[in-house]
Amino acid sequence: MNARIEALRRASIETRPSVSAERAALATDFYLQNEGKYSVPEMRGLHFKYQCEHKTLYIGEGELIVGERGPRPKAVSTYPELTCHSVEDLEILNSRKMTSYDVSPETLEIYREKVIPYWTGRSMREQVFRQVPPEWLESYRAGMFTEFMEQRAPGHTTLDGTIYEKGLADLKLEIRASIAGLDYLHDPEAAGKAAELRGMAHACDGAIVFARRHADLAGRMAAEEKDGERRNELLKIAEVCRRVPERAPRDLWEALQMYWFVHLGTITELNGWDAMNPGHLDRHLHPFYEKGIADGTLTREKAKELIACLWIKFNNHPAPPKVGVTAAESGTYNDFTNINIGGIHADGSCAVGDVSYLLLEVIDELPLLQPQSNIQLSRKNPDSFLKAACRVIRKGYGYPSVFNADLVVGQQVRAGKKVEDAREGGCSGCIETGCFGKEAYILTGYLNVPKLLEAALNDGLDPLSGKRVGPPTGDPRTFGDFDKLYHAFVRQLEYTVDLKIRVNNLIERIYAERMPAPFLSAVISDCIQNGKDYYDGGPRYNTNYIQCVGIGTVTDCLAALKKHVFEDGTVSMDRLLEALRNDFEGDEPLRQLLANRTPFYGNDDDYADSIMQRVYGSLFEAIDGKPNTKGTRYHLDMLSTTCHIYFGSRLGATANGRLAGMPASDGTSPSHGADRHGPTAVIRSLAKMDQSKSGGTLLNQKFLPGTLEGEDGIAKMAALIRTYFRLDGHHIQFNVVNAATLRDAQQNPDRHRNLLVRVAGYSDYFVDLDKNHQDEIIARTEQHSF
Amino acid sequence: MAAGMIFHIARFATHDGPGIRTTVFLKGCPLECWWCHNPESLSPNPQAAWNESRCIRCGNCETLCPTGARDVVGQRVTAGEVMALIERDVPFYEESGGGVTFSGGEPLMQHEFLENLLVLCGRAGIHRAVDTSGYAPRKVFTRIAGLTDLFLYDLKLMNLSEHRKYTGVDNERILSNLEYLASSKLPVRVRIPLIPGINDAPGNLEAAGAFLRKLGLAQVDLLPYHNRMASKYARIGETCRMPPGISSGDGALEEAERILSSCGLTVTIGGNPGEREN
Repeated sequence: MNARIEALRRASIETRPSVSAERAALATDFYLQNEGKYSVPEMRGLHFKYQCEHKTLYIGEGELIVGERGPRPKAVSTYPELTCHSVEDLEILNSRKMTSYDVSPETLEIYREKVIPYWTGRSMREQVFRQVPPEWLESYRAGMFTEFMEQRAPGHTTLDGTIYEKGLADLKLEIRASIAGLDYLHDPEAAGKAAELRGMAHACDGAIVFARRHADLAGRMAAEEKDGERRNELLKIAEVCRRVPERAPRDLWEALQMYWFVHLGTITELNGWDAMNPGHLDRHLHPFYEKGIADGTLTREKAKELIACLWIKFNNHPAPPKVGVTAAESGTYNDFTNINIGGIHADGSCAVGDVSYLLLEVIDELPLLQPQSNIQLSRKNPDSFLKAACRVIRKGYGYPSVFNADLVVGQQVRAGKKVEDAREGGCSGCIETGCFGKEAYILTGYLNVPKLLEAALNDGLDPLSGKRVGPPTGDPRTFGDFDKLYHAFVRQLEYTVDLKIRVNNLIERIYAERMPAPFLSAVISDCIQNGKDYYDGGPRYNTNYIQCVGIGTVTDCLAALKKHVFEDGTVSMDRLLEALRNDFEGDEPLRQLLANRTPFYGNDDDYADSIMQRVYGSLFEAIDGKPNTKGTRYHLDMLSTTCHIYFGSRLGATANGRLAGMPASDGTSPSHGADRHGPTAVIRSLAKMDQSKSGGTLLNQKFLPGTLEGEDGIAKMAALIRTYFRLDGHHIQFNVVNAATLRDAQQNPDRHRNLLVRVAGYSDYFVDLDKNHQDEIIARTEQHSF
Repeated sequence: MAAGMIFHIARFATHDGPGIRTTVFLKGCPLECWWCHNPESLSPNPQAAWNESRCIRCGNCETLCPTGARDVVGQRVTAGEVMALIERDVPFYEESGGGVTFSGGEPLMQHEFLENLLVLCGRAGIHRAVDTSGYAPRKVFTRIAGLTDLFLYDLKLMNLSEHRKYTGVDNERILSNLEYLASSKLPVRVRIPLIPGINDAPGNLEAAGAFLRKLGLAQVDLLPYHNRMASKYARIGETCRMPPGISSGDGALEEAERILSSCGLTVTIGGNPGEREN
């Protein structure tokens, strides 16, 4: 890492996140002046352009890749048209201990005087909550599920290679052609499409203006710059910003800046979940890198420096602060840009090249919170690539995580995508599978699966509140056999999934009609040709996921009930329910029996694993194939991110001996401490899940550093990964830390500020996590051998 | 089918031979080393074990101990049952160049059971390692040797009376069986557990080094001593004869490494071979 990168990195890490009211104020000004003048998509396109024309620009000292969403690094924009923060929200953000954001008195003033008065009652969040049915609200409040779109826009967007081949001027020509081809006689939607397309054109103009303003600023700065070297850099920046994004990039520098302007465009337009993602960055950059090396205009070191400059840009952009339940389940600075490395090309050939290794080096030398990274590992990829990644993993940053590229293709082909498109797919935020640049794959929210069993054990009531959250499925003491209990669980599942989908579909329509994303739509394949927005079925593929949380916990609970209550008769249902109600107070022997004498998921024990398979099958039946609003389907996803902590907090004591309020199991990992036979047994258990039918699973493995010492340790880690993928596993990630280090970090956060840990599909600073998260990571089974 | 007594099966064993392995621990050992890390392996019979720290004093000992504080060490199992477990991890062995390791106790003490398992593993194409003290009659030893792909062979003390004092048995048979392995060119990895104050004196290491060179062996693993097993003794109601709180410090390891290297041996610390021996 050279001095420039070191300085930029340090500045990025040391700058405290703050809330900027600039975007909110500009949005308010624009809407006050223009409300009612244009169609909704044109309004959105013009609003975006207005932001691009007026927002404060920033070109920092030493920067080569330029542009910020806010007026300066880590100054986070807000989106009052989606969620309008109250003064109280902002004051909490300013004062809370974890992931706080500085909020200046001026920001508060702008909010109080301008933003709040206009947007109150108009924000999407308020529109959504006005329209949801009361039973949905009960279940939402009980923590049966979460709802992604209640305060951020649908997202999980990842780009393909289009923007490296076509500039926005080229896309504008396509837009014009699409408008010209509209058939007003036979297509009743033609007028709407025209409006959408005009919105896209305005948005493209906005991004071009934004870049030109940077070119002008860089030119002015160059004129005043005394240092000759920096002056030349500023002149080059000006040149690059006059080229992209209007026209296609010609070299690596322009390619990186091209991506960054498009990235900024999408996250300025709206606050989509998980920001934006370049996807398979290595293969997109590869032609520019090769060309530069061949014609002598680029060196490997210069390429690395430019890429590192982009990396720091990602880190300058913490997630916009959330409120309410969503803040509780996802309180992080992370915006989950997850860069994909490796995998296979559209034609099925190996996509690992020099830039793949270069990116791994950047990740290794530049540990940052963002961007995150993963390798897409195909059986066609060489072991040298896997081992290079393992050497970075062993450092303990928590990334890159590792995905089975071949299974990712299989999942998508099963879901109906063309194999060539599927091969251009991968993972966006955490682990979710999607087809890059051609698909809107919307995570709609998490489902609290153990809570469904809790409802089944309480005749459809939430034992924490006493309120009804599901259909009456009977008194469990009358069930008599395990199948009756299981049937009650499935009825709770079906009811809740239907309720969730019903409301998701409602929210999707609200977004499609009132909050389209014309800029995003312009860069995603087929929106222009279809004349439809990203939120309205414009992309080539449209998928909705419901993410099921806690399959480990629910499997273990069902195994305990089956074995102890229905088979062995060691415990009566009555005693068990009583103990759960009392959080095992006064019946510790029962809790110990359940926790220690039950076959649990994660031990390659068919008793428990067959229950997992049954639950997984039921989740699949309940979700997969349900229609969404775009004429396509819902699919199953097995991601928890950090939501298993929130869901655990909404869950009473459970039949696996878990105390009330403790986290549920994460992703498809075993429950905390339940796996007692090492990683091969964990992997064998996971492999019994037919993961090809999901949109992603997540396996967390924590290793003590000693296990992975030397090249021998790397070889074993690589073999473990290869074996899991041979058994059709989707994803595995490693935390390489020891518990003593973590405890020390908990006591002495200042000494461990740089400690990155894998949380759940992403890495975060350990000291920034709250104590529950920290305790959970410490407790996660330490896989080690001796 | 032969049955035998085992006390543990460890999956993802990474220090008992090349690659990812499953290690099967057979119960019973003719030696009684002062520093034994698996005291529960010595008796050939099942034993009651008691883990006080897990006890919640619920009084349910006679029915089913809910926490597992009360337990039995040692299970009688058939070779078929063990094979079913071994075979679960075949894909891991294949990807990593691993296999199965039979350890103990002294696995050759149950040589018929062991032979049965080795034959079954051989038929399944699974790489077989035997972790042995070498203390077995030659006839038994040669039979097992013919079914084994790699021996992990402990060399503890060269002096006969010292060996008798600290392990309870003479070392003639051990040295002679190693000689047999070496002269037959059978794959073997010799390991010296470095026990402070017992076998780390230069005299013993020099003698060991000279002996190995004489046999034409070129390699030796040094296994550092640690003191984490005291609680294992307590669980079966016994006391470790080693004084508490000692371990092989860096200095002693380096010195041992130096001595053995100067005998012309390649020394590995930790004994975690990356390459499969052929």
